[in-house]
Amino acid sequence: MDRQHGGAARADLGAALFVLALGLAAVWQASVIPTTPLYAQVGPKAVPYLIAGALVAVGIGLLVVALRGGWSHGIEEMQDGAPFNLPALGLLLAGLLVNMALIVPFGFTVAATAQFPLVAAAFGSRAWLRDMGIAFVVALSAYALFVKLLGVNIGAGVVEGLIFGVQD
Amino acid sequence: MTAIEGLTLGFSHALTLTNLGWALLGCFLGTAIGVLPGIGPALTIALLLPITFSVSATGAFILFCGVFYGAMYGGSTTSILLNTPGESGSIITSLEGSKMAKNGRAGPALATAAIGSFVAGTVGTLGIAFLGPIVVELALQLGPAEYFCLMILCFVTVSAVLGGSALRGLTSLFFGLLLGLVGIDLQTGQPRLTFGIPELYDGVNVVLVAVALFAVGETLFLAWRHVEGKQEVLPVGSILMSKSDWKRSFWPWIRGAGVGFPFGVLPAGGTEMPTMLSYYMERKLVRPEHAKEFGTVGAIEGVAGPEAANNAAAAGVLVPMLTLGLPTSATAAIMLSAFQSYGIQPGPMLFTAQADLVWTLIASLFIANVMLVVLNLPLVGLWAKILKIPQPQLYAGILVFATIGTYGISNSVVDLMLLYGIGIIAMFMRRFDFPVAPVVIGMILGPMAEQAMRQALTISQGDWTTFITRPISLSILLIAVAALVGPRLYGAWVRRMAA
Repeated sequence: MDRQHGGAARADLGAALFVLALGLAAVWQASVIPTTPLYAQVGPKAVPYLIAGALVAVGIGLLVVALRGGWSHGIEEMQDGAPFNLPALGLLLAGLLVNMALIVPFGFTVAATAQFPLVAAAFGSRAWLRDMGIAFVVALSAYALFVKLLGVNIGAGVVEGLIFGVQD
Repeated sequence: MTAIEGLTLGFSHALTLTNLGWALLGCFLGTAIGVLPGIGPALTIALLLPITFSVSATGAFILFCGVFYGAMYGGSTTSILLNTPGESGSIITSLEGSKMAKNGRAGPALATAAIGSFVAGTVGTLGIAFLGPIVVELALQLGPAEYFCLMILCFVTVSAVLGGSALRGLTSLFFGLLLGLVGIDLQTGQPRLTFGIPELYDGVNVVLVAVALFAVGETLFLAWRHVEGKQEVLPVGSILMSKSDWKRSFWPWIRGAGVGFPFGVLPAGGTEMPTMLSYYMERKLVRPEHAKEFGTVGAIEGVAGPEAANNAAAAGVLVPMLTLGLPTSATAAIMLSAFQSYGIQPGPMLFTAQADLVWTLIASLFIANVMLVVLNLPLVGLWAKILKIPQPQLYAGILVFATIGTYGISNSVVDLMLLYGIGIIAMFMRRFDFPVAPVVIGMILGPMAEQAMRQALTISQGDWTTFITRPISLSILLIAVAALVGPRLYGAWVRRMAA
């Protein structure tokens, strides 16, 4: 129990440090905003500095809470004790990466057909072929819905071009 | 324009075939996504935002509001039949609703939820129609300084008052405000917080952030916590309510609507608080002979009250959204950004400058309510079937749609990387219990607040005391401070008294 408690507090420390780092990155980005010769009562830098400073402040606040034992052990969802399912998360992240790799060269029907079975596998499905079939149909109908019915051109890939012709 | 004149005008526009069609489509879609666990109205409306390029403003908003109301109806079906709330406002409904379903009374539970939603939705929409013009009258007196303070109040209440921790709520808010700053500063033309990446000069897309938070983050978190196993959908049975069911539901509906609407109107937003309040109220007020049903076989009062409160609060949220341009829920914030993509300035001028649009919208809300009762009661079997979509394919589908919706806007891989990156942050936000709604609200309301602030300071010629020397803005700021500090002081006081 104590070890679990310590682990949760360490995780909270990580979250607090992330917020702090985000705040500091924002401070840096606010400092590089070019000052402008244009007249303005409040320049473009004031609000970014304000918000970056606020993020640093809440980051320090979270850090203090984390060092005092953290807050994770009080979250209801964390208390039922189910372990984190890292293989499932890995499959899902793989699905995201595959999509990013395929979408530019081949369009999203191909990308979705590769992504869908990986995501489904993360949630326990092993029917690879059937899942790929579903993905193909779903992605293609979504394309048809956007382009043909709503008139929003979302960019044709290899498969979309073959079936519907290339849109301009 | 008075409410009656407005409604007459509104119905004359809303009852055209096209607009009825948009309402029906919205209601249908809204119920479906409300039923499906894992997707809510905020995500759906975000994914539908591209239609603002090709559909008239009136049509699009009727569709969005149909989705918004429909999701409330659909959410109750899931919480009753699956014991997993479809959306946050239905958490309380599942307490008694799922117990009724386990004891073979799913039908009456669904019926009282749907009819209660109708009663509350109608009461709430009447509230919008009659309260709206009054709020607008008052709001027209406000200058940029007061507006800025009102937005600060809104920020404080949505992030620090509700939810578990003010510190984490504020962290979410500042993260959202930071996202809102990315891009070219409209007043001076300088790029801000772009890390020198040209794709970020136009700012971070609202759709992208909403999809990342509500679809990608949620799916990642669920996979991370995934346990193999199947959920059981309970059978619906007959949806007919007995005479005693009607009698026991009637006052809870009315009381629920009465509790919910004011909560929605206040800039605190959220449906959790009024549903909870209504639940405890019904538990206290229940007749002694039914009291033992609470927590055992399921009491119908505990479904009727909170469900009505949920819908009335959802309707109430539209009051500050339409009259002040202040979104107090993530869904309202995304609807607000839809106004912007039509070039419509939200705020008190909306009721006069866009009278047709506003009143048609309000009339459509009445129509949507009627459609939703019809869609939800006789068709409840269809919605129960949707619940049988297996989890793996459901979440894979959500993620595929999320990707299509985001990539489709810009065809840019940078956007896709942002989508997944913010999605991963959102997963950790779920894990560490940071609320996501303040991110969306901060991101959309933030730039408007900055603009109001700079306007106010231009008027006062750079004098920052303008916010505390004007009586109205000072009082609003004091309320914000009280909302932020009050609960903590009270807590400390209670602890000291106990010690």
